[in-house]
Amino acid sequence: MKRRFSTLVLTCLFSAGLAAPAARAVDVYVSAAASLGDAMKEIGAAYEKASGDHLVMNFAASSVLARQIEEGAPADLIFSADEAKLDDLDQKGLLAAGTRKSLLSNQLVIIVPSDSTLGIASAKDLTYPAVKRIALGEPSSVPAGIYARTYLQKLGIWTAIQPKVVPEENVRAALAAVESGNVEAGIVYKTDELIAKGVKPAMVVPVKDGPDISYPVAILSESKQPAAAKKLEDYLESPAAKAVFVKYGFIVKP
Amino acid sequence: MDPETWQIISLTLGVAVLSTVLILPVGVALAWLLARPGWRGKSLVETVVALPLVMPPVATGLILLEVFGRHGPVGYWLEEKLGIDVVFTWRAVVIALAVMSFPLLVRTARVAFQQVNPRLEQIARTLGAGELRVFFTVSLPLAGRGIVAGTLLAFARALGEFGATIMVAGNIPGRTSTIALSIYENVLLGHDSTAYRLLAVSVAMAFAAVWGSEFLMRRRAAAP
Repeated sequence: MKRRFSTLVLTCLFSAGLAAPAARAVDVYVSAAASLGDAMKEIGAAYEKASGDHLVMNFAASSVLARQIEEGAPADLIFSADEAKLDDLDQKGLLAAGTRKSLLSNQLVIIVPSDSTLGIASAKDLTYPAVKRIALGEPSSVPAGIYARTYLQKLGIWTAIQPKVVPEENVRAALAAVESGNVEAGIVYKTDELIAKGVKPAMVVPVKDGPDISYPVAILSESKQPAAAKKLEDYLESPAAKAVFVKYGFIVKP
Repeated sequence: MDPETWQIISLTLGVAVLSTVLILPVGVALAWLLARPGWRGKSLVETVVALPLVMPPVATGLILLEVFGRHGPVGYWLEEKLGIDVVFTWRAVVIALAVMSFPLLVRTARVAFQQVNPRLEQIARTLGAGELRVFFTVSLPLAGRGIVAGTLLAFARALGEFGATIMVAGNIPGRTSTIALSIYENVLLGHDSTAYRLLAVSVAMAFAAVWGSEFLMRRRAAAP
């Protein structure tokens, strides 16, 4: 008897859903890189108003997001801070074909606590003995950490710096470690430094010297709301969204 | 097993042993005090000691980070006066483990002291023994098994600590990365086989510690 009743309820719910598919507001699950946090929250709020859809945002290091999606976490759209994570997902058949595009770029910046007196002005200065600890994203998985490692390797100082590295779970955790003053320096994105309190930039890595930073977006093949996800993906390229990205310091790709 | 795994195991055992040894004298003394009948502020002390047991470990870690960080009251002093770095070093791991496992030792040892027959202590006193002598020759030996059981429990807790450790010591391979932190890290990196190997190690160590503790408690209960 109980079972029959729940079947009835489910049938009602389903038919109600099927009857008005176009008008119904849907939940769109967005997995976005930690560095996109503030920009995506602002864009998301505007998008929710305009579209009526509800966005469920999950911010973490892109490596963590990719791992969650591999393990079956619900996601309709992924906005990663590097291409490699999407390559992995693509190889596993988890990306919807033809939906992947690179939207943004960023720059690395070496930061120090606001009250730092060490006079760090370049990457080479990070090799000073007075610089005991340097916060990075985990340098083998977190994109910000991989970019930082690539840059330091290019300069030939990675082996000198590696023992000082405090690997953090995502770029915002690296930023927080510098803000707290418990490390002498850190490498984060320019966009993180711009919203930070308690840190000052020691050196902004010029685009031409730094690694090629790319933020690709894609819809996942297991998305339950591919149409709504597509609408959101298109919105991310709208002038309104681009203006927000630029405001937060991102480089919008043409 | 590869050298990296051994390094993680020996680091974990090292910091767990060190933190347990550090809390042992303080914990036993406090447990004895708490087993004495009512004194002013006793229930307050009891509550404060139990806090790390019931608070989210990450919250405890945050408190430790604020206290021992470079701008924190204790951290600043240690760095300025003694040149000792705490946060993001093995010392921070030991502090996190000590604070997190302290209540387990104190609570178990307190019960053990409470179960010592007060008449035996009274008899020792009437025979002329001072308080210190009563403690070392009567109370402590009689509560011994319970204290060892509490120590093992505290040690087991220290082996598996995660939340407070990651807040105050970070997850630095070769320095602060204990078994628990390494499991988490390896799962995130997709190195499942390493994670499972460490998982097996931690199950074995926790099993041994808890089983040992249970065994001692049961023998104590059975004793007349």
